[in-house]
Amino acid sequence: MDLYLPVANLSVNALVIILLGGGVGLLSGMFGVGGGFLTTPLLIVYGIPPTVAAASSASQVTGASVSGVFAHFRRKGVDTKMGGVLVAGGILGSFFGAWLFRLLQQSGQIDTVIAIVYVVMLGSIGSMMAKESIGTIGRARTGRPPKARKRRHHPLVAALPLRTRFYASGLYISPLAPLLLGFFTGILTILLGIGGGFILVPAMIYLLGMATSVVVGTSLFQTLFVTAVATMVHATTTKAVDIVLAGLLLLGSVVGAQIGARFATKFRPEYLRLALATMVLLIGVRILLGLVWRPEEIFSVTLS
Amino acid sequence: MRAWLVLLAPLLMAQAKPVLVPDVSQRNIEIAYSFTGAELLLFGAILYPGGRLPTGEQPTDIVVVVKGPTQSILMREKEKVAGIWVNASRLRYRSAPSFYAIASSKPIARLVDDRTRAIYELGLDSLQLSPASSAPADTQDRFQKGLVDLKRNAGLYYEAPRAVEITDGVLYRARVSIPARVPVGRFTAETFLIRDGRVLAAAVRDIDIRKSGFERFVARAADRSSVVYGLAAVALSVFLGWAAGWIARRV
Repeated sequence: MDLYLPVANLSVNALVIILLGGGVGLLSGMFGVGGGFLTTPLLIVYGIPPTVAAASSASQVTGASVSGVFAHFRRKGVDTKMGGVLVAGGILGSFFGAWLFRLLQQSGQIDTVIAIVYVVMLGSIGSMMAKESIGTIGRARTGRPPKARKRRHHPLVAALPLRTRFYASGLYISPLAPLLLGFFTGILTILLGIGGGFILVPAMIYLLGMATSVVVGTSLFQTLFVTAVATMVHATTTKAVDIVLAGLLLLGSVVGAQIGARFATKFRPEYLRLALATMVLLIGVRILLGLVWRPEEIFSVTLS
Repeated sequence: MRAWLVLLAPLLMAQAKPVLVPDVSQRNIEIAYSFTGAELLLFGAILYPGGRLPTGEQPTDIVVVVKGPTQSILMREKEKVAGIWVNASRLRYRSAPSFYAIASSKPIARLVDDRTRAIYELGLDSLQLSPASSAPADTQDRFQKGLVDLKRNAGLYYEAPRAVEITDGVLYRARVSIPARVPVGRFTAETFLIRDGRVLAAAVRDIDIRKSGFERFVARAADRSSVVYGLAAVALSVFLGWAAGWIARRV
């Protein structure tokens, strides 16, 4: 079933896009990630222009995180104060990101930068997750009790001024730390069209030392607002949001996310994390190969 | 163009040259939700002076060129720097056709010489792309070849030798397919009548390609009222996400 995308200016098979959204949604429901890091590269592989892909997948992440945020609110899993600070940082970050995006686009290096950021990010997060999950599985096999990790924030975070209390997170830290974290994630959201959940979650646990019960909910809260802002920024600056494409992706992904969330309860979390880590590493390697291998097309064309 | 032809017609007749009467199957192509490209039929008649087929002369050939609106483009060439492929050199073209298809009754190289091809822009290696720089000739050639290859792979530039059928030396027709990826705007279909390596007559028809209905509305909204459009995209995603969650809790 072919459908013409009015902003991307090409026709796609609607079923393929819905299925793509569904697959990503399934994974995002299972692993609790937004899935933007999968959607954008897959859309580019399908032939959608990179800018349109990044701009439209941001709105898919918004849709995928909505029901999660509501669910976490119901079980009081969102620290709204922390979330608010993260969102503020994220909004600043997305404005900065938009400026950076335009700068890189003009110099012609946007695709290379996106690819390098992906490789670094997916490589480091993937290997960290793989190491951690293999360790957990190993300990579960041998029956040794896991080392109780002391929950505390990074010394750098402790050095920042203007401390304040985040009750739900059980923290007394400077709001500058989450603000910077949100800022950084906001840049990534604009550049890559990702929610940034899989950066935020480890950073909240290991850098800020937040109570794990509110980590996922707060991260989703931040993702929801920052991807919405990113969609707005793209709509007004790059004008590359294709509402038809976003709608198709959303149809698939919101359904997939619900199915994935039910699936997730059937598996042990450490195995799920290992599976996600493997997938993340594979995508990272694929993008790295794209950078170092001689590309099929040496030339590229942009309208000016 | 037509007026010009009419003015010139008596002159052409006087020199005993044939005249072209071309037409296209669609003057307007509307892009709607199911648009996957269009097939244009370009057809017409060759009117010979006196209404008779000339005898004992070389047969006439027809070349049809369909061009899309020109675009100002920036081409970049990747080079390996420190192990990875990055965009290095660049070249700007002020007016490259967004679409170029040439159909002919015989391979174009056998019909006319290089000079004529360059004058009328007949063939992919004879395009006048007007690069906006003073780069050395070999660099310009490399970029032009790269551009043509890129567009050809995307199905936006192509040559179709022997795609024009001529019936009894009088009626001709050719099919040119236009892919879904073309930009909207005014396309031109030029028809050339060629005999003995010379262009005897030429005629142009315009074809307008535009978005219609919902597609036109969306593209316009995205461009002109971008804030409302962005809000609509956000509202759509929030609503769909919320609805799916609401349904899932009740299933």
